[in-house]
Amino acid sequence: MENKLVLLAHGDGGRLTHELVTGLFLKYFGNDILARLTDAAALHLNGGRIAVTTDAFVVNPPFFPGGDIGKLAVCGTVNDLAVSGAEPRYLTASFLIEEGFPLADLERVAASMARACREAGVEIVAGDTKVVGRGQLDRIFINTTGVGYLPPDRDLGYHRIAPGDLVLVNGNLGDHGMAVLAQREGFGFEDQIASDCAALNGIIGELLRALRGIKLMRDLTRGGMATAAKEIATAAGVDVWLDEQAIPIGAATRGAAEMLGLDPLYLANEGKFLTVIAPEEADRAVALMRAHPLGRDACIIGEVRAGKGNVYLKTALGGTKFLDMLAGAPLPRIC
Amino acid sequence: MPFLEKFRDPAIGRGLLVKVIERARAVREKLGRPAVFMEVCGTHTVAISRAGLRSILGEYLELRSGPGCPVCVTDYADIDRMVAFASLPGVTIGTFGDMMRVPGSRTSLERRRAAGADVRVFYSPRDAVAYAAEHPEREMVFLGVGFETTAPGIAAVIAEARARGVKNFSVFSTHKLVPPAMRTIIADPELKIDGFILPGHVSTIIGRRSFDFIASEYGLPAVVSGFETLDIIDAVYRLLGQMLNGEARVENGYTRVVREEGNVRAQAQMAEVFEVGDASWRGFGVIPESGLNIRPAYRGFDAAARFEVAIEPPRLPRGCACGDLLKGKLTPRDCRLFGTACTPTHPVGPCMVSSEGACAAYYQYERHE
Repeated sequence: MENKLVLLAHGDGGRLTHELVTGLFLKYFGNDILARLTDAAALHLNGGRIAVTTDAFVVNPPFFPGGDIGKLAVCGTVNDLAVSGAEPRYLTASFLIEEGFPLADLERVAASMARACREAGVEIVAGDTKVVGRGQLDRIFINTTGVGYLPPDRDLGYHRIAPGDLVLVNGNLGDHGMAVLAQREGFGFEDQIASDCAALNGIIGELLRALRGIKLMRDLTRGGMATAAKEIATAAGVDVWLDEQAIPIGAATRGAAEMLGLDPLYLANEGKFLTVIAPEEADRAVALMRAHPLGRDACIIGEVRAGKGNVYLKTALGGTKFLDMLAGAPLPRIC
Repeated sequence: MPFLEKFRDPAIGRGLLVKVIERARAVREKLGRPAVFMEVCGTHTVAISRAGLRSILGEYLELRSGPGCPVCVTDYADIDRMVAFASLPGVTIGTFGDMMRVPGSRTSLERRRAAGADVRVFYSPRDAVAYAAEHPEREMVFLGVGFETTAPGIAAVIAEARARGVKNFSVFSTHKLVPPAMRTIIADPELKIDGFILPGHVSTIIGRRSFDFIASEYGLPAVVSGFETLDIIDAVYRLLGQMLNGEARVENGYTRVVREEGNVRAQAQMAEVFEVGDASWRGFGVIPESGLNIRPAYRGFDAAARFEVAIEPPRLPRGCACGDLLKGKLTPRDCRLFGTACTPTHPVGPCMVSSEGACAAYYQYERHE
């Protein structure tokens, strides 16, 4: 009986989520576009192409250092479009609100969304509001759908990835997940960790306009960098080799994750993306990223090799370890 | 360089590894086979996997995981009992996160929660007492799972609950003691362990000398180790050194934390609330004098005494080798279910679930498809 219930782990972005999406949703909704399971769907309309994506936001607590649910709802959807190679233009926003939620907080959320939209150059053009009785949902959930323009020459995808390509990241990993966890649990860490929540279409647009050798981009949300790397390796049928010493992690997040027994490679980010790029353009990509405020700590963290879909991490001591998708929500250690 | 970073310096690590391999080769020559060491503690297992140490040293010596994962050695009947507590009306279960996904013989706390049970994860048992105080209409049953490291903290909150008069707080204690389990392992004639990497955290509480029996009674070398990569490499280096010199001592490689006599205040706190009794370990069966039960003076805070739950005889999963694994007879890769029928998403045994579990560590970091 209890094997037939939805578990929290079905929503963690890891293996169980994947099983739910492929085993249930694809079974009923399956079509050629959805079956690609990309961050955003590319649609052909009258000879042009647009990208569409949608995302629901249920972060707890709704306000956290570095952001809030509103900023997240804008940036998360903008980023899904951006990593797909699209130029984000329009958003819709649906608000699901619990009775008794302070109007002042709702206004804070709206103002924050407006600011994030201005910075990302997008507009909210349609919306919906629903209120449910007290206790029927937790404070506020937001769903946003995003529409972007796909320039005709943009072709990002797993099919372009080849052995020899390099893997880049635009900065420190794990800050968002740790910031939200610390805020929720009331951990008083000495150095407050702020979410990296930011719209990435600016920096990604610059890269895509300047460089032809970008094969694929992925934003590193639920499941973190390790899950994204594993998905890339599996989908492209290659191995990804990462260099542990090259992977940027901030000292505060590293310390907090260690204390809690969490691996920063599996913590969520909201302003970070992986880029797979032809080796001859990698240095230029790093330089371009570093010149942008959202890529100051950018670096090369690994390479693509021929293989069977595995992700390996070369440790500082010269050992090798294997990385898989997140399985089960990250939990604290107990001894 | 910050203090702890020194214990991670890769340059020093690589240098020390060269020396370890040199000694390991000499030991291999002497024995006619590679040395087999057991890292008793699950935190060591994970640290070894994360640093990739087995991939470097595997050719020269074997590092085998032991029983030091509290979730993993929790008996099926105890897990079924926890699930049964969760099903009682008015009861809220408080637990550390690791317990959530551990499969009992029929279901898990995670699945019970999805089915409507009130199960809450706490980072600190003090938060569970605070929760109980704020919700006098609920009965908070906290799951006390752990070794000598966890027990003093749980003892402290039981004492706190009594002092504050929080009567709706109780603990289901399945706490276990490490030295009796080690005696069982060493006495097993099928097992050939040449030396032990001893748990740093447990030693912090009970003191280095609590492990002296390993050398004095059984003639085996052992080293208390910290959890940084260099701590562990250093422990292996010391063990090999003892073997080459034909010595058997229990060394303290974690002197920055561990004392001879341990943490006397924590021991006193533990003794105030708990008394030693027999305990049933997964994989081992009943080990005499290896568990901690709540003393009669604190009976009001003992969930086992306060709530009557009947459980059916546990059903053990077929093919799960957790038992032999916890005794150091097998490695996760020797289990037929590892990575096929048993994965972190669909765990058969607790060793695949716990963040300290050997199967989870091997699956996460040491698997090759």
